[in-house]
Amino acid sequence: MNTKRPWYATVLMYVALAAFLFFLGFPLLWLLSASFKSSGELNSLAVNLLPAEWDFSNYGAALERQNLLLAAGNSLFVSIATMLITVLLSMPMAYALARFQGRMRAVGTVWILTSQVFPSILIIIPLFLVLRTINLNDTLFGLILVYVTFTLPFTLWMLQGYVAAIPTELEEAGEMDGASRLTILRTIILPLLAPGLVATAMFTFVSAWNEFFLALVLLQSPEFYTLPIALRSFLGAEGQTQLGPLAAGAILATIPSLIIFSILQKKLTGGMLAGAVKG
Amino acid sequence: MRASATKTPRQTTRVGHRARAQRREAVALVIPALLPILIFSVIPLVSGVALGFTDATLKRNAEINFIGFGNFIELLGDSRFWESFGIGIIWAGSVALLTLVCAMGLALLLNSDLKLKGLTRVLALIPWAMPPVVIAIVWRMIYNPNSGPLNGALEAIGIPGVNWLGDFSTALPAVILVGVWSGIPQTTVLLLAGMQSISAEQHEAAAVDGAGVFRRFWHITLPGLRPIIVAVTALDFIWQFNSFGLIYVLTEGGPGGRTMIPPLFTYLEAFRNREIGYASAMGDVLVIAIMLILSLYLINQFRQTKGSRS
Repeated sequence: MNTKRPWYATVLMYVALAAFLFFLGFPLLWLLSASFKSSGELNSLAVNLLPAEWDFSNYGAALERQNLLLAAGNSLFVSIATMLITVLLSMPMAYALARFQGRMRAVGTVWILTSQVFPSILIIIPLFLVLRTINLNDTLFGLILVYVTFTLPFTLWMLQGYVAAIPTELEEAGEMDGASRLTILRTIILPLLAPGLVATAMFTFVSAWNEFFLALVLLQSPEFYTLPIALRSFLGAEGQTQLGPLAAGAILATIPSLIIFSILQKKLTGGMLAGAVKG
Repeated sequence: MRASATKTPRQTTRVGHRARAQRREAVALVIPALLPILIFSVIPLVSGVALGFTDATLKRNAEINFIGFGNFIELLGDSRFWESFGIGIIWAGSVALLTLVCAMGLALLLNSDLKLKGLTRVLALIPWAMPPVVIAIVWRMIYNPNSGPLNGALEAIGIPGVNWLGDFSTALPAVILVGVWSGIPQTTVLLLAGMQSISAEQHEAAAVDGAGVFRRFWHITLPGLRPIIVAVTALDFIWQFNSFGLIYVLTEGGPGGRTMIPPLFTYLEAFRNREIGYASAMGDVLVIAIMLILSLYLINQFRQTKGSRS
């Protein structure tokens, strides 16, 4: 915009922007710096963003202690399984939601919206009972089942937005050529949907990777702990907490989601808006 | 377009058959996702609501009796629950409003001609990407009375430190600040998208007419964003009202229940006191509260669209 602005207004805006950057970025920087500090420095009130002496032992200690490595493996397994199952299950329904107008679409939309605002505490109680009767509570498989159910609504929402963005003329052309619905889906829709599919899959992965509450309720045995639960148990009593390894573990847990978010940066807004506009 | 025009004659002769085939197709497409939804979402939801009317406990093979409104009558006199309910309203309301104010500021800055916007946009996503547990761990470190940078900075300028998460008066505000921090990115992204859909010409026309920055914000940006602002704030409020992990790891509801938001209270009742019937009744009350907020929002939306049509 080419409107005149007094110089002091520009300065103020930069100050505000810097303040936002500091506020939003400082916690991650602090965590990063803490993960390289010695325990002596960590327990002092000195405010150094750069460690006085670099201590790289925290990461080793984090991986050794409390089976954090095992927990990371569990998290990876659960997140990948959730991602694959959710995307596979939701692809057909997302297509149906985007293409077939009518009662089903209305019901689907209402259900998707409801699931976003429903308190999960009320669903997890009976779900816990159901899983216990079929002996799936305190198992990774049970957790995956629950994650699939909880991530389906948003995945469907995102995906149907991407489907709706594909022009129907392409399918009609395929139909004219006598292709069956399955062939059309496979050869026309799927390739065009691929970018949206990847974005949706990544988003599902991150939701499962970051999830805490459901895992807290369902998992009791330490050998099944996912990363968030293991980190939380790491916290323990304030006095004995070893801040260095804890910070290192927290950084390791953040890296995957941070990478995925930076890839998704643009897609994230695009997909959500596509869903919102077409809904 | 031309393709569908040439197809029409054939379509009309086979329309009944086609409609049936289409319905069959739709059913086949929907079933794979519908089954897990029904089994693990709809049925638990219904039985969760129903459990509120029973005396169920977590004990295995325990007998479950229908006790009508017993739980709800007991809940009416349970001052600890209503205190928690009030804390939940304060928490969700403050986080939603403060997030809106901060996100609006950030979105305006990102929508202007400043340099470093790209970098800020990427960095501003950090709180969104961090797992809630990690967010809570970082902020526990920042708030730590004996080794946190907040008290470190205060002490450096001669102000005595505070036990932020442990003090009765500061615990809730401290937790709210973390909620705002973690909520800013999502709200900013949505507001920014809304701002970009408002045409620049409108701004330029107003600027030519001599409207200052603030008047343009008040008369063009704000009215244009109104639907998004209302929707985002309502959703934020509901999400925060339902949130769990952040506060559970930060304070576990302490000190002395000062940050005991309703989902935490319900969780402890269900899985520590093992009274799942009573806890489900609490859940039912929370659902009613959320439905009230949602219907207020929907009525408002409905009025808006009706007003704009007439």
